[in-house]
Amino acid sequence: MNLAIDLALCALILGIAVAVVAGRGVFRAIVFFIVYGLLVAVGWVRLGAVDVALAEAAIGAGLTGVLLLAAHGRLMRAGAGSDISGPPIWAAALSGAALAGLLAWAWFALPLPERPGPELAAAMPRAGVGNPVTAVLLNFRAWDTLLESIILLAALIGLWMLTHDAHWRAPLGLRQHANPEGVMAGFGRVLPPVGLLVGIWLVWTGADNPGGAFQGGTVLAAVGLVAAMAGLFRPPRIGARGWHLALVAGPAVFLLAGLAGALLAGGFLTLPEAAAKPMILGIEIALAVSIAVTLALLVLGPPEPEKTP
Amino acid sequence: MADFATIVFTAAGLFFFVAGTVGLIRFPDVFSRLHALTKADNLGLGFVALGVAFQAETWVQIARLALIWALALLAAGAVAQLVARAALGRRGLS
Repeated sequence: MNLAIDLALCALILGIAVAVVAGRGVFRAIVFFIVYGLLVAVGWVRLGAVDVALAEAAIGAGLTGVLLLAAHGRLMRAGAGSDISGPPIWAAALSGAALAGLLAWAWFALPLPERPGPELAAAMPRAGVGNPVTAVLLNFRAWDTLLESIILLAALIGLWMLTHDAHWRAPLGLRQHANPEGVMAGFGRVLPPVGLLVGIWLVWTGADNPGGAFQGGTVLAAVGLVAAMAGLFRPPRIGARGWHLALVAGPAVFLLAGLAGALLAGGFLTLPEAAAKPMILGIEIALAVSIAVTLALLVLGPPEPEKTP
Repeated sequence: MADFATIVFTAAGLFFFVAGTVGLIRFPDVFSRLHALTKADNLGLGFVALGVAFQAETWVQIARLALIWALALLAAGAVAQLVARAALGRRGLS
């Protein structure tokens, strides 16, 4: 029975992947890409990696899908959105298939990993948290997570560089025009309380259960986006100080924790055992705030005020 | 007994999802397709959640399933309205 479900899931994932690449139309490909992300998230759940499944569904399917749709909309507005039609590129398709075949062969040739490995299992009591994924991300291999949080910030700065010089002082994104009495405004009033609870709970429970800063931060970003689209608060300008503080809070707290580790425990980002759990929680909370603000501002996009006639 | 209830309710939910998908493919315009999709969301997801609830072990899990269904209803309803309004606008009837 399990095998039937897994085979059906694999067939669906492969089919949707082919539909993304081979279909006609960019919009159709983006929609199939979002569905692909959700199916891969189900695949991660079947493999037992619930943290990765949450991140894939939230960031891979949800946020990346919205970013792609916004890019498509921008292309349409600039008049460059027409689909290029042409013959299929056989060389690229064949080399892609060959690469997939090589990866499949490598997967079957390698020994199955033990989970969690004996060294990780031995080190877990000293980690400060119960979830091995959080322990690896924020304690044992915190260096990678620190770099990830800085990369998100760099992506946002790169996006802001797309702004026209004349629009630098305008609020971010397009002008939101939701009807104040309408469905979007109502939705934007009902969802944020529930969404805030879910997001904060995801960050908090990441210590011992699947969850964490990235997953909770993405939910919080979505809540912020719904509120902004409903017209309930105005998107900030690029130079707003408070928002800058929120953006750098995560990497800054992470760096400070790393330096504190260097002073107290003898190595950069080595968390002292006695203070491991409070430090991890502090880093996670700051990271979640930064990730939420960064992702929300990424989706809002560069300032695009309407051209005055 | 619980397994039998799960199978029955999940099958009912799957029936509504299939009906919604057939409606999405076969109906002629945006509004009837929205009609089909929202039925699939409300009833289909509700029956699937009800079926899965029989496998839950604590009340917290059942409450979470109910919350998921309520949030999906809310989102689907709002999105259906917005899509319909956008389609009306494009047709120039709004």
